[in-house]
Amino acid sequence: MSIHDLEKAFQDKIDKEIKIEPKDWMPEAYRKTNLRQISQHAHSEIVGMLPEGNWISRAPSLKRKAILIAKVQDEAGHGLYLYSAAETLGTSREQMVDDLLSGKAKYSSIFNYPTLTWADMGAVGWLVDGAAILNQVMLCRTSYGPYARAMVRICKEESFHQRQGFETLLVLSKGTKEQRDMCQEAINRWWWPSLMMFGPKDSESTNSDQSMKWKIKRKTNDELRQNFIDMIAEQIKLLGMTLPDPDLKWNEERKHYDFGEINWEEFWNVVKGNGPCNKQRLAARNKAHDEGAWVRAAALAYAEKRKNKLNNKAA
Amino acid sequence: MNTAINKYYYGDIPDGAGDNNSEKKSSTAESAWPLWEVFIRSKQGLDHKHAGSLHAADAEMAMENARDVYTRRQEGISLWVVESKYIHASNPDDAEMFYEPASDKVYRHPTFYDLPDELKHM
Ligand SMILES: [Fe+2]
Ligand SMILES: [Fe+2]
Repeated sequence: MSIHDLEKAFQDKIDKEIKIEPKDWMPEAYRKTNLRQISQHAHSEIVGMLPEGNWISRAPSLKRKAILIAKVQDEAGHGLYLYSAAETLGTSREQMVDDLLSGKAKYSSIFNYPTLTWADMGAVGWLVDGAAILNQVMLCRTSYGPYARAMVRICKEESFHQRQGFETLLVLSKGTKEQRDMCQEAINRWWWPSLMMFGPKDSESTNSDQSMKWKIKRKTNDELRQNFIDMIAEQIKLLGMTLPDPDLKWNEERKHYDFGEINWEEFWNVVKGNGPCNKQRLAARNKAHDEGAWVRAAALAYAEKRKNKLNNKAA
Repeated sequence: MNTAINKYYYGDIPDGAGDNNSEKKSSTAESAWPLWEVFIRSKQGLDHKHAGSLHAADAEMAMENARDVYTRRQEGISLWVVESKYIHASNPDDAEMFYEPASDKVYRHPTFYDLPDELKHM
């Protein structure tokens, strides 16, 4: 078959909603796009543990501490599912880890913002996990099989993340004046960065959208962002708090909420490495990796030794 | 095929966008833990089903990691782990040749046999 025929057969499969599996023929650009997206997603889960890990030792009660640990542990699991999915595209775990640690690979910019108070744990769960869930629910139907399966597993675990976040804020919203202020301030801090999680506006794209055609992605950035805003603008009423956007208003004609302009300069600035915590996050990952080196080496040496023992016995 | 993808999605920031100057380091020098496949029996009476993969130095660690990574919510009551290199997979390019002969043996299916309606319990 010529390349052209192969590409046609490939697109036919996608159009018929047949999943692509690791050993199937795929265009090089499809492989690369998936590899980049899945590995960035994996890195986001791993780095995403840091802002919340920041509060584990200072959680206000044993219950909240246990919940937070469970959530952070889930995020580690999500990273591992995704690294495995990325490995099926022909890269190694070590390569991906190296790229993260050297700063070559990207991860979601949202994790370059600091978590200043306990209320941030609530806002992160509700808004950041909430935004991630919309994206991930869509990705459960992505065309690459291993990615889709990892997403199904992840989505099952995510809803607890968002619910515990909202509940944390709900408790604060019924508390003292200080607690209510803390709640509102955390929402103010996380609202705009959460909207940026969906990526640039659709109009910023000039070329035809290959990711949609390949069904890697099934909704546009703006569609997902609008879904998110419509959802949160209603949910916040239950908290008796406000979203920090004077232009946020229900549009009866569109049947959607209108909203104000996002600060894209800030978005690109954080992507480029100049966010409030970019350096800190990478330093923390590097430190953990370096300090774990002896554990990895010891485990390997131990496995090697046991294998030799077994072989000697057999001989 | 050269397709420019210049619309960036969550978790999809292009390589060129943003750079930083941390020095290059490498862990590839260390030898890597092998890859393992994990199979889980979700409840008594069911088959083990493939759940995913992970890295571990040996079988014992693979088992412990499998428990932590794939069964945090009582997803299973029994685990199998096997080093991925021992799995042999059929080739999708051969699928036609490989499975085709089965498709013309319709007599392997019960519906192939046309029997009188009066025949009961069959
Ligand atoms: Fe996650
Ligand atoms: Fe999460």
